[in-house]
Amino acid sequence: MSNDPAETFRQEARELLEQLEQGLLDLEHNPADDDLVNAVFRALHTIKGSGAMFGFTDVASFVHEFETAFDKVRKGLSPITPELIAVALDAKDHVHALIEAPDSADGAGEPILAALRGIVEGDSFPDAPMIDPAPAAGVPLEPTGRWRIRFRLPADALVHGTNPMLLLGEIADLGPCEVTALVDAVPGLDVIDPESCLIGWQVDLTHADPVAALDDVFLFLKDGMELSIEPLAIATMSEPELPPAAEAILDILAEEVEALAVVADVPAPKAAKPSKEPREATVAKSETASTSMRVPAERLDELMDKVGELVIAQARLSQLAALSADGNLKTVAEELERLSSGLRDTTMGIRMVPIGTIFSRFRRLVHDLSRELDKEIEFITTGEETELDKTMIERLADPLVHLIRNSVDHGLESAEQRIKAGKSAKGTVRISAVYAGAEVAISVTDDGAGLNAARIRAKAEEQGLITPETRIADQDLYYMIFAPGFSTAKEVTSLSGRGVGMDVVKRTIDGLRGKIELTTRPGEGTTFTLRLPLTLAIVEGMLIRVGNGRYSIPLSAVEECVELPASVATHSRGRNFLDIRGSLVPFLRLRDLFNTPGEPDAHQKVVIISSGEGRAGLVVDQIIGNNQTVIKQLSHLHSGIETFSGATILGDGAVALILDTSRLVSYGQAYEEKFRNESGRAAA
Amino acid sequence: MTKTILTIDDSASIRQMVAMTLKGAGLNVLEAGNGLEGYNTATTQTVHAVVTDLNMPVMNGLEFLKKFRQHPAGKGIPVILLTTESDEELKRQARESGATGWIVKPFKQDQLLAVIKKVTGA
Repeated sequence: MSNDPAETFRQEARELLEQLEQGLLDLEHNPADDDLVNAVFRALHTIKGSGAMFGFTDVASFVHEFETAFDKVRKGLSPITPELIAVALDAKDHVHALIEAPDSADGAGEPILAALRGIVEGDSFPDAPMIDPAPAAGVPLEPTGRWRIRFRLPADALVHGTNPMLLLGEIADLGPCEVTALVDAVPGLDVIDPESCLIGWQVDLTHADPVAALDDVFLFLKDGMELSIEPLAIATMSEPELPPAAEAILDILAEEVEALAVVADVPAPKAAKPSKEPREATVAKSETASTSMRVPAERLDELMDKVGELVIAQARLSQLAALSADGNLKTVAEELERLSSGLRDTTMGIRMVPIGTIFSRFRRLVHDLSRELDKEIEFITTGEETELDKTMIERLADPLVHLIRNSVDHGLESAEQRIKAGKSAKGTVRISAVYAGAEVAISVTDDGAGLNAARIRAKAEEQGLITPETRIADQDLYYMIFAPGFSTAKEVTSLSGRGVGMDVVKRTIDGLRGKIELTTRPGEGTTFTLRLPLTLAIVEGMLIRVGNGRYSIPLSAVEECVELPASVATHSRGRNFLDIRGSLVPFLRLRDLFNTPGEPDAHQKVVIISSGEGRAGLVVDQIIGNNQTVIKQLSHLHSGIETFSGATILGDGAVALILDTSRLVSYGQAYEEKFRNESGRAAA
Repeated sequence: MTKTILTIDDSASIRQMVAMTLKGAGLNVLEAGNGLEGYNTATTQTVHAVVTDLNMPVMNGLEFLKKFRQHPAGKGIPVILLTTESDEELKRQARESGATGWIVKPFKQDQLLAVIKKVTGA
């Protein structure tokens, strides 16, 4: 956490503003939800309070007005309308600007406030004082005098945390004084309520202005207590206040008071006789309050790096232990393996963030787009709780924004067109996230017109991507929208259609080792699906060997391993299919794919892998076992290699390449399709 | 003995500011993000005073105060409320719920320390 509270405030304000925006957007749909109204109000209140504390006075005063306006809504004096929400969102943006770049936000606030006031019935809001008015100055008095002060505290003062000894101490600090306890209201010990403050005090004090001074002393008590201040004649000063018998009682009571004052220091049970039960017993029983803390993201990255290195070192140790006959070493190595895999999981868990954190931003985006383009849109999100690596989520925000813009701007038709096409006037954009094996699939779906193949074709020809003679399947044609500089929008709008975008989306997703897929049906809509690995750092891998090379396959993609039947191994050069419990699975010989020299092992194995789109078998020489694969990116020079997604360092220091399973599956699928086409043609 | 002060606020920045100020004065500080967390802390650990915000999710400051005062550990412990408003009605409510004192936001660090010294003697 930052040591600068102002920075903490900024960070906190950002979160609160996000909550605020969320609340406002929700309110638009559920205007009657009091909890939402209160949540909005509370967010405003906290920003105001903290803003004022840390010198963000512009923020505080603006939010104060904002809050005052919203108070009318809270009290039910002003209805929640789309206009109100729109202005409130503008106000929220202004607060954001004030916090991030106060200089640039100058002067923008007043029109927003005016609009806000206009909506909540055109009232003007007088500034409520933000600071406690100074206590009234005391009546002018003679320079220094002797005063008799008598006071009685409210009966519950002791329970409420007031310690009379401290008050007397404060008075004593004001000047020379004599304190006398007034015990007339103290009943017999048999009926005394030990929690009540029954003693009064009389203090003879020398001071210039006791009224003002005592105002400070009794700052928190003055409304509920009895207090009298009278000037004292010199003659009364030495007058004996109480008979000697009372003095004795007073001593006892003073002890009593002392004991009560101790209550303020160490919590004791209610009974007059303090219970001797140890407090530790309660400590053990109660549950720990859940707390969370902020940690800079770089520190998490650092932690992940170190865990990665630890995992590699541990793998090395395990390998040494496996070769050694030393039982102790083996035990330690196993223990360390268990710990480091636990540490890895925990570390990765720390970095996982629910994707809902970015979904909420999109609601604002859709809201704004809807107004700007005058299209009525229902925005539905599902799977907010799906967790992804934090780095990944941050990098996904921009591509998703682009996809949503695209869906709203190009995908959804205007209301008239929709009605003409027999659809509801209100378009739907849906964003969803689900786990799919080792991947997370995030889809952006609209129920718009679908992609226009003819227009894409025309544009692709114009761009020189294909020639008019090129024969191309519609599906492949659609993917041309990801080509750099490609845009079919008839006119460029401020939102999308500048032709920068889809290619950037694709590049970003590629960079995250993800894939982008699209399906579209004319008249029914388009779905873009992003498939992303859960994490970028470490995966559980299956180590295999082909020839002399070792490779790692992400274990989550592995379905099963089978022996390559001898008949298939030798004969079926042309027909690479395996019968896996009744279904045919295409397989790839990694030896052939990687041009591995030498003879294959006698008993080859097939690792069946799957991705979202299907299954494929990989023929390998040997399955070595599981290992924790710390993913290292390939250099730029090697980034064009399709079948590998990265590299890892093995326990013995050797490098193993990590297989890109989804790419290999699509190779398998392509092979299957080709085979089908060929056999189809042969049959014809 | 070093006194321990519990600060309850849903605003991390205010909590941090209160904590820094009090720690700077040599006090121990415990933190809680809402009234319920605060209640759990204050009733299970030794706390010599509480500085709490009013407007918080889950359990607000006044609810905390009422509940805390009913617990044996909550009797006699000074509780200072942080408020944005300075209106009398609120102060009356605060007093009735068992507040020892209050500080109106925005406040300066010295003010906070002065009030803490006033109610705890520390």
